[in-house]
Amino acid sequence: MKKRKRMLNLFYIPALILILFFVVYPLLEAFRISFTQWNGYSQDYKYIGFSNYAKLFKDENFRTAFINTIIYGFGSTLLQNVFGLAYAVFLNSRFRGHSVVRTFIYLPAMISGLIMGYIIYFFVMYNHGVFNEIIGWFGAAPVDWMADGPRGVIIMTLINSWQFVGICMVIYLAGLQNVPQMYLEAAEIDGANSWQRFRHITFPLLLPSIASAVVLNLIGGLKLYDVIVALSGGGPGFTTHSLASYISNQYFKAQNAGYSAAVGIFTFFFIMIVANIFTRYFNKKEVEM
Amino acid sequence: MKKKRNYMHKSNWWKYLLAVVIVIFHVLPLYVLVVMAFKTKTDMSSLLTIPNYFYPDNFIKIFKKGEILNAFKNTAIVTVCVLFLEIVAGGLASYPLARNKSKWNQFISSVFMGIMMIPSLSILVGVYSLLVSIHGISTLWGLILVSVAFGLPMTIYLYTNFINAIPESLDEASAIDGCNVFQSFFKIILPQLKPVTVTVLILNGVGIWNEYAYGLYILQKPKTYTLTLMISQYFSTGGKDFNGAAAAACIAIMPIVIAYICLQKYFIQGTIDSAVKG
Repeated sequence: MKKRKRMLNLFYIPALILILFFVVYPLLEAFRISFTQWNGYSQDYKYIGFSNYAKLFKDENFRTAFINTIIYGFGSTLLQNVFGLAYAVFLNSRFRGHSVVRTFIYLPAMISGLIMGYIIYFFVMYNHGVFNEIIGWFGAAPVDWMADGPRGVIIMTLINSWQFVGICMVIYLAGLQNVPQMYLEAAEIDGANSWQRFRHITFPLLLPSIASAVVLNLIGGLKLYDVIVALSGGGPGFTTHSLASYISNQYFKAQNAGYSAAVGIFTFFFIMIVANIFTRYFNKKEVEM
Repeated sequence: MKKKRNYMHKSNWWKYLLAVVIVIFHVLPLYVLVVMAFKTKTDMSSLLTIPNYFYPDNFIKIFKKGEILNAFKNTAIVTVCVLFLEIVAGGLASYPLARNKSKWNQFISSVFMGIMMIPSLSILVGVYSLLVSIHGISTLWGLILVSVAFGLPMTIYLYTNFINAIPESLDEASAIDGCNVFQSFFKIILPQLKPVTVTVLILNGVGIWNEYAYGLYILQKPKTYTLTLMISQYFSTGGKDFNGAAAAACIAIMPIVIAYICLQKYFIQGTIDSAVKG
């Protein structure tokens, strides 16, 4: 049996090789490059110690990208969970055609974030854009939606939330269907109103769904990249970059591979830490319940 | 009971109203895309109004140009190869991770799970310089191998959860009957993996079809462009021919939208399986 178990381990060798070669090695390589000054293609580069990391603290564009990433990540997570849960509760009330509604809410999640960004361009563009047309109905003057950095960040957070809220909804729908009907009926007999039933029965039982939805959305939102490339390219200036788009900007546009690698390593640890904190928090919560 | 149902029926009108609003809210961008794709470049009417003429020329032009067919082919090659490799390497790897929970294997497992969280772009510099040194830039296999590596952890997670639920006594019985591990896997486990393989195909398939972040840097020659890269070309350098670009985007998203509409039960179940611990 022991030999059998050892033979068994041969099975993960192909996967292990692929991951070591294309993820672990590049990670170590990125780590090494982050200590160098290098333009990304030439032969000469020199080790400069922690200078790239020190630069992170002084670089205003990096700080903006970091704050934006937090807005993209946590903003989308909040919106997607609130609306995802609301949609799920609504659809779970089982009116005729509820599955059609579900189909349409989920549909945008099938489309590449990049293409979705380009489609939304038709909404935010100045001349003839859909948003300007709609506000025009109410007599408002047209707005150049993406010309302002902070507003651009909010718009893209909304787009990301809107596009992927279906994933959240589906997770909550599955969770709601696992809530035993008899608990709710028993509470109703005891005189609990619908909010009390939701708050004290449904919500605690949904905790595993909340945990997975929150962690999934956080990881997704903190990685945001495609929409930014399509819609703002990080601009105007550097005001709407996320960490992910700033990494590629520094590598390919600014040709500052060493610094780009340092931003990447920072991003790597940042997301790992956030994901771990939330996973631990929810695990503890589930045990408490 | 009958009374209750009647009562519910009457108070339902607001649900339908809300449902209609929600549906419009979520399909409006796709509607605008399709409307754009069927309009002439000089049509300055509102983006929300359907043209009162039939104008398929945007689509015809794109097919005449032919690049999109090549991009379709590239995307199809990448998607099929990535899925094939992920299923083979991922399915195999999950068997020992589910069945032999030694300390070492638990470590391997946690490394794989950790990779699931990494934004792939955070190690862009490392991946890119690796690909340069092995001449993988502007090749489809370069993109394929990188995508497989980043997609494997999710695949392994799904397969491991699934195999965990298959009783181990089945393997043991087959071992007593004289099967070696390979025979146990291929005869006992593999035939049962169909449902989870559908999930893997769908989830990873959507991801690869829509891949952009790495494709942009790895595929630099136009003849290696995938659909997303092609579309981004149309939008960024198309001489502001947004109607042509919209038509190209319609073509690019068509396969996945059709697949989703036909197989939505599996798409939705797949999402649930990937998110909620089995």
